Amino acid sequence: MSDTILDVKKLCVSYRGEGGYNHAVRNVSFTLGREKLGIVGESGSGKSTVGRALLRLLPTAEITAEKLRFEELDVLALREKEMLKVRGRRMSMILQDPKFSLNPIRRVGEQVAEAYLTHFKCSKAEARAKAISMLEAVQIRDCERVYDLYPHEVSGGMGQRIMIAMMLLTDPDLVIADEPTSALDVTVRLQVLNILDKLVSERGIGLIMISHDLNLVRNFCDRVLIMYAGQVVESLKASELHLAQHPYTQGLLAAQPRIGGGRGRLSVLNRRPEWKEPIEVQA
Amino acid sequence: MRRSKIARWGLLPAAGEVPAPRRKLNLRPIGAQLFTVAVTLFGLLVLTFVIGRMMPADPVRAIVGEDATRETYEMVFRQLGLDRPIWEQFFIYLRDVLTGNFGVSIRTGQPVIQDILHVLPATIELATFAILIGATLGVTLGVVAAVNKDRWPDHLVRVFSLMGHSMPIFWTGMIGLLLFYAYFGWVGGSGRMESFYIGLVDDVTGFLLIDSIIAGDWDVFWSALNHLILPASILGYSSSAYITRMTRSFMLDQINQEYITTARVKGLSSRQTIWRHAFLNIRVQLVTIVALAYGSLLEGAVLIETVFAWPGFGQYLTSNLLIGDMNAVMTCVLIVGVIFIALNLISDMLYRIFDPRTR
Repeated sequence: MSDTILDVKKLCVSYRGEGGYNHAVRNVSFTLGREKLGIVGESGSGKSTVGRALLRLLPTAEITAEKLRFEELDVLALREKEMLKVRGRRMSMILQDPKFSLNPIRRVGEQVAEAYLTHFKCSKAEARAKAISMLEAVQIRDCERVYDLYPHEVSGGMGQRIMIAMMLLTDPDLVIADEPTSALDVTVRLQVLNILDKLVSERGIGLIMISHDLNLVRNFCDRVLIMYAGQVVESLKASELHLAQHPYTQGLLAAQPRIGGGRGRLSVLNRRPEWKEPIEVQA
Repeated sequence: MRRSKIARWGLLPAAGEVPAPRRKLNLRPIGAQLFTVAVTLFGLLVLTFVIGRMMPADPVRAIVGEDATRETYEMVFRQLGLDRPIWEQFFIYLRDVLTGNFGVSIRTGQPVIQDILHVLPATIELATFAILIGATLGVTLGVVAAVNKDRWPDHLVRVFSLMGHSMPIFWTGMIGLLLFYAYFGWVGGSGRMESFYIGLVDDVTGFLLIDSIIAGDWDVFWSALNHLILPASILGYSSSAYITRMTRSFMLDQINQEYITTARVKGLSSRQTIWRHAFLNIRVQLVTIVALAYGSLLEGAVLIETVFAWPGFGQYLTSNLLIGDMNAVMTCVLIVGVIFIALNLISDMLYRIFDPRTR
């Protein structure tokens, strides 16, 4: 059990709306060790909401769970002040598009160093040195110069590597990557993923990869959760994805084009209302 | 240049492809700006000239009076150069303005510029204090309201700023005088200082606070400050209403941005997130609206100047408009125009400092 970083049982996220609650996430349960877990699903299926709920970043939402244990901490019981020491220090998140997720008017290096300065007592020069060595670790050449650039002066791929550097600088135990490559060019995507993979494996970080790209998750992760309408409908090993039982997963797989495959029409996903019925999957 | 553009658009693979940094200050926009300023100034001069010629007031009659003979009238007409072609008159006007000759005020018989140098510092003093109060109040309240959107601090701030917006300023001024001067006696009444101090301090800059410091007369300084604080607060409150509302909406825009989430993920508290990240991004927009508010305060607040018997620019302009002293009016319009051009220039320069993307 000591290897379990995260233990989630019946996580629900709901928003107060007109005439009751809107349930964005229902009864999501899973555990995570030092591994790479993928969460896939279509837009609005609640996958990003799960990621943000783990960090308690949803100020207007109501988050409940039977259990939400992160290492020795009961995340939902923490006060906001204690949560500040978890966020960015032990649990962090890589956001989707560096064009928006970096502050446009501050130097990128400063923003990386800030992650360190927030949690460790040290001089600015030390933080700068830390940030620069981390920029090196994400394979940015000429780090000293990049440090002083502004976000609009770096490319998307470099921006995302800066984001990774920022989020891994404090050596967290869990990183949530929320669509980390969907804003990037295909050519840069692989490179960024490789860097992420290497750092995560080297440091023994638990990674939750949120994505809508089934192929990416299949190749990159160890296990996959498939979400639909706020619930996990299926949990599989990435290597056994073809053994999927749930019709939704099967439908998704059937809609994937394959290199060398026939040129006929791909099948179209036929959503069924019964998929929204409560279902419980333990992963 | 070309290379860096390509890299920025993400067209080149990013590995080690560092765009050439453009740290060198780009001088071209500044040159372009100076050119724009020159053109605007010229336009402004044309405008004031046209105003002077188009106004129904007869400048000759204003000088010679109703009972003058035809000969006197025509002599003055020629003296003023009104018999020359209009373009020649314009060039004469241009030459006069460029050499600092703005004509003589009919009312006082003194050069207009001399009169204005008396009233303008009074208004600048008032407007500067007012904008300091207004911007501090407005920005703080706007941020508080945005952070607490739809909760009680937000509602409170909105009511408070709506009041500032909708109460007529002469009324607020009178109530303020009644309360803080007549009843509590905390502040000075009307005028720029107690009447027995008038004339004690030499007129060096025209700014009473500065002049009294130069003279080392602290009694006058405190009296001046005491008289300044109430009208400045009232003007500041009234201009803070707009600043509050704009700050709130700018801030709400920023709070929903992704980089705010990044800052939160890093473990920054909400206060740190607001001031270190969101606020830095609204500075440019704030500069614009604060500069505009300052501009309209410098134009002179006739109503508050009247209520507080403040010998300022607004009163001067209004009274000269009413009696048709065109030299004074034209010069005032020119000054207001120059103030706005200058404020625009300053805020453009601040943009460059505050936003690296515009460099």
